[in-house]
Amino acid sequence: MSTTNAPKFDEMLNEDGTVRSAYADFRNWYDAQDKTWLRRQDGEAERFFRRIGITFNVYGEADAEERLIPFDMIPRIITAREWRKLTKGIEQRVRAINAFLQDLYHRQEIIRSGRLPIEALRNNEAFLSQMIGFTPPGGVYTHIVGIDLVRTGPDEFMVLEDNARTPSGVSYMLENRETMMAMFPELFTKIPVRPVSDYPRRLARSLRACAPAAYKGAGGKRPVVAVLTPGIYNSAYFEHAFLADQMGAELVEGSDLRVMDGRVAMRTTTGYKAIDVIYRRVDDDYLDPLTFNPDSVLGVAGIMDVYRSGGITIANAPGTGIADDKAIYSYMPEIVEFYTGEKPILDNVPTWRCSEADSLAYVLDNLKDLVVKEVHGSGGYGMLIGPTSSKKELAAFEEKLRARPANYIAQPTLSLSTVPIFTREGLAPRHVDLRPFVLVSPDGIDITPGGLTRVALKKGSLVVNSSQGGGTKDSWVLED
Amino acid sequence: MLGRAANGVYWMARYLERAENTARLIDVGFHLALTSSSKDSQYDEWRSVLTTAGLIEGYEASHSDFSGAQVFNYILRDRDNPGSVLNMLEYARTNARVVRTSITNAVWEATNEGWMTLRDMLSRPVRETNLGEVLSAIRQTGQMVRGALDGTMLRNEVYNFARIGTFIERADNTARILDVKYYVLLPSTAWVGSNLDNQQWDTLLRSVAGNRAFSWLNAGSMDPREIARFLILDAQFPRSLVFCAENLQASLAGLAKEYGCETSAHELLRDSLTRLHQLDVDKIFEQGLHEFLQEFITATNAVGAVIAADYRFTE
Repeated sequence: MSTTNAPKFDEMLNEDGTVRSAYADFRNWYDAQDKTWLRRQDGEAERFFRRIGITFNVYGEADAEERLIPFDMIPRIITAREWRKLTKGIEQRVRAINAFLQDLYHRQEIIRSGRLPIEALRNNEAFLSQMIGFTPPGGVYTHIVGIDLVRTGPDEFMVLEDNARTPSGVSYMLENRETMMAMFPELFTKIPVRPVSDYPRRLARSLRACAPAAYKGAGGKRPVVAVLTPGIYNSAYFEHAFLADQMGAELVEGSDLRVMDGRVAMRTTTGYKAIDVIYRRVDDDYLDPLTFNPDSVLGVAGIMDVYRSGGITIANAPGTGIADDKAIYSYMPEIVEFYTGEKPILDNVPTWRCSEADSLAYVLDNLKDLVVKEVHGSGGYGMLIGPTSSKKELAAFEEKLRARPANYIAQPTLSLSTVPIFTREGLAPRHVDLRPFVLVSPDGIDITPGGLTRVALKKGSLVVNSSQGGGTKDSWVLED
Repeated sequence: MLGRAANGVYWMARYLERAENTARLIDVGFHLALTSSSKDSQYDEWRSVLTTAGLIEGYEASHSDFSGAQVFNYILRDRDNPGSVLNMLEYARTNARVVRTSITNAVWEATNEGWMTLRDMLSRPVRETNLGEVLSAIRQTGQMVRGALDGTMLRNEVYNFARIGTFIERADNTARILDVKYYVLLPSTAWVGSNLDNQQWDTLLRSVAGNRAFSWLNAGSMDPREIARFLILDAQFPRSLVFCAENLQASLAGLAKEYGCETSAHELLRDSLTRLHQLDVDKIFEQGLHEFLQEFITATNAVGAVIAADYRFTE
């Protein structure tokens, strides 16, 4: 299954070069456009993004404090039929993740039944003992989930990763659409694309539906929602501000908050005001210096006590990271079946757990064909892509693997689908993934049609992470 | 509204106002130096610009002469100068980012675009030939942001904190400019009517963009008493001390209305405005112009500090 010999699936073109139905209308429009004008629009897009300040910060790059994620103006198009199946699969998976978390922090039936080895939890920092025996308001653990999907064929979508902590990127989904509508309004009159713009409203509604016990709703007062950001130097600050703004919620930092009378309150110009639901964009470890990392200044001292006594809802709940841990990922098919009683609708990417001797042996023998990931890593750092690595790199990685096998999982190099991007020479295929955004509340699971398409802009590259030179595209789900 | 956000809007407005006023000071210094006959008097002008901008100590610590290009580059873009215009704009923009959710897109974009334009312009040393262009870009940034505030913001607490920042800064700037040059307005029989005075008076008015308005109001004639009255007490002139104080009061009244109560800041400002309204030019000169200005600057700073405390800008 390496990149070199596996057949590639292009989402726009059939093997014979004809255009697939999903892209038919778009291609007609594209072919009729003056390419010089398109090139000019392409340049305009960047200026537009800079002006409105959609940037992200790359850690470890001092002089590139704010960089743009490159935007490609060719949309990624998904048909209504494809989306229906994806929706069912995502819903099933997200339901299972919440049931799994509820179980892990209570009776641990899945471990008793032998479907998940206790080793997967032991020494796993993502499992928080502080959450044992506690049920979050509304029974919701993952209020916001991002499911990373890759595609390898007409009907083959697979889950590459579940993001159950604080998935980011939704502001790009929204701004990419805004940009496309501003640049090419006539496209949207010709092609029926399902809207994404009500995501912030849905998010606000979904968060308010999870108000804590302390929220009394006296006088028809709506629950007070706040977005907790680490501050303007965080790589996703733009998104934090954007979402707070769109939801009409306060954007708070740790220094604005304190615990008062059993509630978490924010310092306003007229005094302290209690918060009901906090959409936090800081990691578990920084949430409460009294409970977790004592050096943290990003969180609120005592928030965990307030949480446990029903004074506030934290979204996502602390400790959800155990569900998107890469070591747990390999058990997701069993997890889905255990909690839903159904076969998983969406497949996992086949995964070898290097902690198991047989798997390790296989991985070592086939290193040059595999992708090896750190169990606790994220953002494309610390991974090996076998087919594009030198002998020296392979040898160095082999040593790391032998030293700490349990720290790694391995997957085949998938032949990811390609979607065209706009280049000076015309359309050119590049590999993509897709992150739909899923909202969970006691009222149900809500999936915004589309999501964030990340694209590897370098020819042949499979790494789509923005921190590694990836870009984004507007993602269209067509109306029926 | 968060206290931290109020603080952010307030400082965003203050830094933009300060950048604009600094640009005007440089402009005037440059004009004067161009028309100065000797190198010494040119140096004096630039020294006076640095003093008014409150940058003289930092400058003298690292420079020994006062040639124009060196001085205006120091004020505009020197990395070692924390009070450079480039830094002010960066602080303004950082504060705007902090309060992104409180301000409209138009206000954010005006601030961000101004910063981007000037960051590029100030990435290279500024020469006499493009100084005018740079200064006008700085002034335009402040004006664009104020225009966006005026045209797109709700008249609520956010707007009022921005206005408070603007007028505290402006009052402070006008008072400082006057104080550095107060001696040119002192009644001194020997100087009246001389060319030197005319030019100094004109400079003073230019520094606060008041030369045209003053000429128009006074049919072209100039006298120091009238200039002092204009810059301190004229409620029509948007950079006079009274105008700033009255607008400050209006914004504080807006806060009191929105929040349903006044704070100690209201009382403090009411007192100093009452005093200001009871004054006329003769009384000011009697008291001593310099003393009056020093008192005013102290009082304005005190109002700023009380507002920051009353509205919980910081913990």
